[in-house]
Amino acid sequence: MLAATVAVVVALIPLAYLAIRTVEAGWPAIRTELTNPRVADLAARSLALAAVVTAGCVALGVGTAFLVTRTDLPARRLFTILAALPLAVPTYIAAFTWVSTITGFEGFWASALVLTLCSYPYVFLPVAAALHRADPAQEEVSRSLGRGAWTTFTSVTLPQIRPAIAGGALLVALYVLSDFGAVAILRTDTFTRAVFIAFDLGFDRTGALVLSTVLVALTVLLLAGETLSRRRGARYARVGAGARRPHSPARLRALRWPAAAALTAVAALAFGVPAANLARRLAAGVSRPGSLPEIATAAGNSLTVSLGGAALTMLLALPIGLLAARAPGVLANGLERLSYLTHALPGIVIGLSLVFFGINVAYPLYQSVWLLTFAYAALFLPLAVAAVAGAAAQAPPVLEEAARSLGRRPAAVFATVTLPLTLPGIAAGAAMVFLTCMKELPATLLLRPTGMDTLATELWTHTSVAAYAGAAPYAALLVLLSAIPTWVLAARTGLLQQEGDQ
Amino acid sequence: MSALSISDAEKAWGDVRALAGVSLTVPTGSLVAVLGPSGCGKTTLLRCVAGLERLDAGRIAVDGRDVAGPRTHVPTHRRRIALVPQEGALFPHLSVADNVGYGLDRATRRSGRIAEVLALVGLDGYGDRMPHQLSGGQQQRVALARALAPRPSLILLDEPFSALDAGLRADLRRDVRAALRADGATAVLVTHDQGEALSLADEVAVMRDGRVVQMGTPTSVYRTPADPWVAAFVGEAVLLPGTAHQGRAQTPIGTAPILPTAADEAPTPVTVLIRPEQLDLTAAHRAAPGAVTATVLRRDFHGHDTLTVVRLADGTELAARSLDGAEHHGPGSEVALKIRDTVLAWPRQRG
Repeated sequence: MLAATVAVVVALIPLAYLAIRTVEAGWPAIRTELTNPRVADLAARSLALAAVVTAGCVALGVGTAFLVTRTDLPARRLFTILAALPLAVPTYIAAFTWVSTITGFEGFWASALVLTLCSYPYVFLPVAAALHRADPAQEEVSRSLGRGAWTTFTSVTLPQIRPAIAGGALLVALYVLSDFGAVAILRTDTFTRAVFIAFDLGFDRTGALVLSTVLVALTVLLLAGETLSRRRGARYARVGAGARRPHSPARLRALRWPAAAALTAVAALAFGVPAANLARRLAAGVSRPGSLPEIATAAGNSLTVSLGGAALTMLLALPIGLLAARAPGVLANGLERLSYLTHALPGIVIGLSLVFFGINVAYPLYQSVWLLTFAYAALFLPLAVAAVAGAAAQAPPVLEEAARSLGRRPAAVFATVTLPLTLPGIAAGAAMVFLTCMKELPATLLLRPTGMDTLATELWTHTSVAAYAGAAPYAALLVLLSAIPTWVLAARTGLLQQEGDQ
Repeated sequence: MSALSISDAEKAWGDVRALAGVSLTVPTGSLVAVLGPSGCGKTTLLRCVAGLERLDAGRIAVDGRDVAGPRTHVPTHRRRIALVPQEGALFPHLSVADNVGYGLDRATRRSGRIAEVLALVGLDGYGDRMPHQLSGGQQQRVALARALAPRPSLILLDEPFSALDAGLRADLRRDVRAALRADGATAVLVTHDQGEALSLADEVAVMRDGRVVQMGTPTSVYRTPADPWVAAFVGEAVLLPGTAHQGRAQTPIGTAPILPTAADEAPTPVTVLIRPEQLDLTAAHRAAPGAVTATVLRRDFHGHDTLTVVRLADGTELAARSLDGAEHHGPGSEVALKIRDTVLAWPRQRG
């Protein structure tokens, strides 16, 4: 309990510090910043981008999910994997490949396109899982009571997958608000880019702080709105027991091949463009003299800081996760909300707050790997907590009670029952955190010690001076590394084990 | 010697007294069922015996040794009390043999004890399977074998059959009792199913509101329940107001001898218990002189027997059970009622 409290407090330091510093700047300064027409402009653009991308993702995600789970689309399994794959491409890499393919590809609509293509899996995966799980008997009953196919879909199927759509859409919206890499590369002025520029170029401390605070406020507003809508919505559960039959697929008839062609086009844009571009750049770029040692150093740095970040994160997450799993209720609900915050708390805000924290409070840590490690922990703690809590659910208390009643000492019970059952989940969580640290860009940019480069920062440096060929190897390595957790995610939804595939 | 003896056990959750002074003795080698409605404290009792919860007051002794008392709390793993939880709770990462061998030391594990208890529960040769490859009933059998294997002083069964369907349940109950007998084990079964308790146990302890209200053999609990509530809880009961006088009870449907005979010289108001199988129905036109007539409301046909619900002239509804092959009385027909055997009566609360 104590350990969990300490962990939560540690994780909240960046947010608390941001609040303190903002207040310290004083009302007049804050008011000047806030009344600046630029802030309203930024807010409008950020929200518009979030809205456009979310709408696009919902349309694309739900459509694809329906096609691969409920119709006789050819090669459904392949399309399922293709639709999950964009998650493996960090947005800044996708942006980089697009901008290096099409000259002058920048601005609002460019960002919207890239972000939509990168984040529609956040809607696709939960909706496809929900469609896969939904009981076909309910739809059959609706049809037998005289409702048509379309009415059945809107009145029976849609309400069942509504929570999945809402959850996915929220993730997308939060993700767009916190995204830094893509909007920065595509030169779209949103909050995250403005914060970075204010801090990096202008050394405008108050400006950066106020902008960060407004960004966090927007995020919290979104979260609160979603919570309200969720409270009104009922919970949907399957009533009664019994084995569920698989769905009989709807026949697309003449639309079968056009639908397949459309999905192929989406996949080509989302994954094909980056992949083709990287392959071409790689062929040209690796031959550059002296590039290999540089890549090796960056990869080594990435590995070190990510390992440290993952270790610290898991250390903090273990007590919280175990507590949440064993004492559900208010705490567990709170943690579920927290896991949304992973995507919600912009890395740039955490990074910025920790920069000031390092300079003013913990100077020995400033410009050290430790502060960066700490930033990773603050950013990815909810992800790790969710993994630990999920793993702990694999070893319910009744198993330990039975084991103790058979005469084994508590330590032996932990070693022979609890640990073997929870370790795989915890290890998977650690791997996820590790790979997420590797991809992280904005906090790493702000907090890395001077002169230390990771894969992500090298890519950033090369891209910002338009040295696209030099950036390609870093991008390729990052995509490969990110593909692993994507595969795990897709496999977990159970979609890859569908029966009746072609 | 008794394998388990509980005296005046108390346990409260906030304001709720889950155990309000429970006393219970379980003789070595017997199977005792703790029967009660949900919320009566039976699961709390089981968890206190297992050492998973601490008593507020009272004592628990296992094999004559105190395991819980005012200053004692022996941890679960040193009590030699094996649990069989509701859903079996097999360790999902261990094979059947490893599950069964979990509570054994290395030497015993190699001595063939695992195969022995697996044979006892009817699962010879299942040792290499994993728990998820077994049906629900088989999982419960493995959970029992796992509890039997270390020869504990006591086995605690927590509603072990409630998750299974009816057909499977009857078989499993029989086999569980046979396995416990064959191994000479002592067991406490916690259940809310009166049929299960009566058919399985050597003795039944009926619990209500944190107390044991009656303990006895299944026969005595069914035939001579301590009060009307127990009577209605352990089986179907017809409870009628009446008057006791000189060893006979006068009821709206005639008189019958009272068991046990109370030497009441003056007539006393009583509540009379009649089991449905103690009521004989005959067609009204063949009624014995003085018999009470009633109208049949409905018949529930169960194959081996039939439950006929009738209504008396004063509106009282009664149920009578007759074996198949006896006369059939359709709804609406007039019948005559007669009490067979002796009945039970309790003095009625005044006011």
